[in-house]
Amino acid sequence: MKAFLIKLSLIKFSLGWRWLLIGLCLVIGLVLIGLCVGSAGFETGLVDPRIVWEIRLPRTLGAWAAGALLGLAGALAQGLFRNPLADPYLLGSASGASLGVALALAAVGVRQAHFWFHLGLTGAAFVGALSAVWLTLVLSRGVAQTLRLLLSGVVVGVVLGAATQGVLWVAPESLQTLQAFILGSTAFVGWSAVWMMLGVGLPCIAVAVLLSKFLDGLSLGDDTAMSLGLRVVPLRWTLLAVLALCTATAVSQTGLIAFVGLAAPHLVRALVKTTHRLGLVLSSLAGGILLLAADILARGLIAPQELPVGILTAVLGGLYLLWLMHQGAMRLETGS
Amino acid sequence: MSPKPLTDALQAQGLSVHLGPKTAQNEVLHSVSLNVPAARWTSVVGPNGAGKSTLLKCLAGLLPFQGSVLWDDRPLATWTAKSRASHLAWLGQNQEGAPDLRVWDVVMLGRLPHQGWLSHDSDQDSAEVEQALRATQAWDWRERALGQLSAGERQRVLLARALAVQAAVLLMDEPLANLDPPHQMDWLHLVRSLVAQGRTVVSVLHEIPMALCADELVVMKEGRVVHQGQTADPKTHLALEAVFEDRIQVRSVQGQWVTLAKP
Repeated sequence: MKAFLIKLSLIKFSLGWRWLLIGLCLVIGLVLIGLCVGSAGFETGLVDPRIVWEIRLPRTLGAWAAGALLGLAGALAQGLFRNPLADPYLLGSASGASLGVALALAAVGVRQAHFWFHLGLTGAAFVGALSAVWLTLVLSRGVAQTLRLLLSGVVVGVVLGAATQGVLWVAPESLQTLQAFILGSTAFVGWSAVWMMLGVGLPCIAVAVLLSKFLDGLSLGDDTAMSLGLRVVPLRWTLLAVLALCTATAVSQTGLIAFVGLAAPHLVRALVKTTHRLGLVLSSLAGGILLLAADILARGLIAPQELPVGILTAVLGGLYLLWLMHQGAMRLETGS
Repeated sequence: MSPKPLTDALQAQGLSVHLGPKTAQNEVLHSVSLNVPAARWTSVVGPNGAGKSTLLKCLAGLLPFQGSVLWDDRPLATWTAKSRASHLAWLGQNQEGAPDLRVWDVVMLGRLPHQGWLSHDSDQDSAEVEQALRATQAWDWRERALGQLSAGERQRVLLARALAVQAAVLLMDEPLANLDPPHQMDWLHLVRSLVAQGRTVVSVLHEIPMALCADELVVMKEGRVVHQGQTADPKTHLALEAVFEDRIQVRSVQGQWVTLAKP
């Protein structure tokens, strides 16, 4: 019997690691392809190493890192809210980031090519996203009641969205820049953004994996989680903080990338039934792959023009979720 | 020689619970006191809204309450969450969720109180999970996702999850929900074997004939315990008939207690 159990655990181990290895190989392959895609589309000839090092490599790695942050945040949101329709922007972070950017644009005006201008917008988006989550948590009076938290997120999203429209009405010249932010783009991702996303992402994934047993326990409800000795409220606070940090970091660097955070956990669940420990890592990896692949397509499809990557992720992610729904792989358990 | 008095696994004194603000209207449990004897099976019965599930949650330490619950002569609040969880297993009613977790992983959750955050499943954990899955005849589904099972199959997996805790006290809220009659009988045999091993079982049951198979009956109505006694005691039968407004009768048929609907 012991030999059988060892065999059983090996099967589980190999299945999870098989997908992890496939995912890592895909990342490496996509990064190499990403290095070959420039303003003129796919290039096979010799390219100036400075262009690769200073533009293509940080942009490629940045797209992967932002997708990975959104994939992790999506898996956390769906686990915390026990809802397969939950996405990283559920707590109002997207509308908060938009308002932050709109306010910054209205205050300083639009200066496209200025480094400090882009840095300021990144900071405004980050602060806006975190402030919106904080407001949601204040309105919901903590994290004890999931439904109140979700409703507060909806209210904050709607109100801050209206406030953004109000700012645009006062300062209409900001519209084009704000629209670029809302569509999402990796065009301005440099090394500093890559280091920031990796610096946030690695500790976040470590904390999430460390606390993944809580998400497993929580999947059967708060009461069951408590009966298993899990301290529901402090653990939920911690994982919500990780979710907010991941989302705010990704949004501040690449704008509002749609669907990656929602689709990545579904993709993983369609491939492998596993616990959150492996599911979180795989979702993060899948999010990175999705955004990186979309970014390569966005750069190469109509070169020298470039599609906003957010449009591609929205279209591809939406089609993918529709396909999943028709396959019956997605369970619409909105009431659970 | 007088019989040896039973020790109590759980003692509840003056339990009051409010759902929402502390007003008389929101009080769903009114100063309830009861003792749960160790190594016995106690069933809690009563009409809908009597406070049975709320009482069970209080005994498991899952709800804030006024009053006290003692386990092993110590207030429940003084036990650490893990220690409490490893000694008191709880199975809730109509538990949903976890459709993507494998049955094996769901039952392994029962071992959480015995594990550290970073620890892997030990051989003992695996052995306990296997034992629990076999006890509920769910072993063959161990690789399937919980969402692929029927409601009855799912209930057996969740029962296995509670069994895997290997707790001294099992608190089960409507454990027979969705189970067909043969599996209800299997559950009955399982509970009896647990009690024979020295475990304490407390169950909330709507199936009164099954509840009458227990050692003790706690009869509740409108947030109060109106009677606690042995199931064979005629006073218990009278209390049971009274809380259901004399619409049922308790009778003995071939050595078993059954309920008959009154016309």
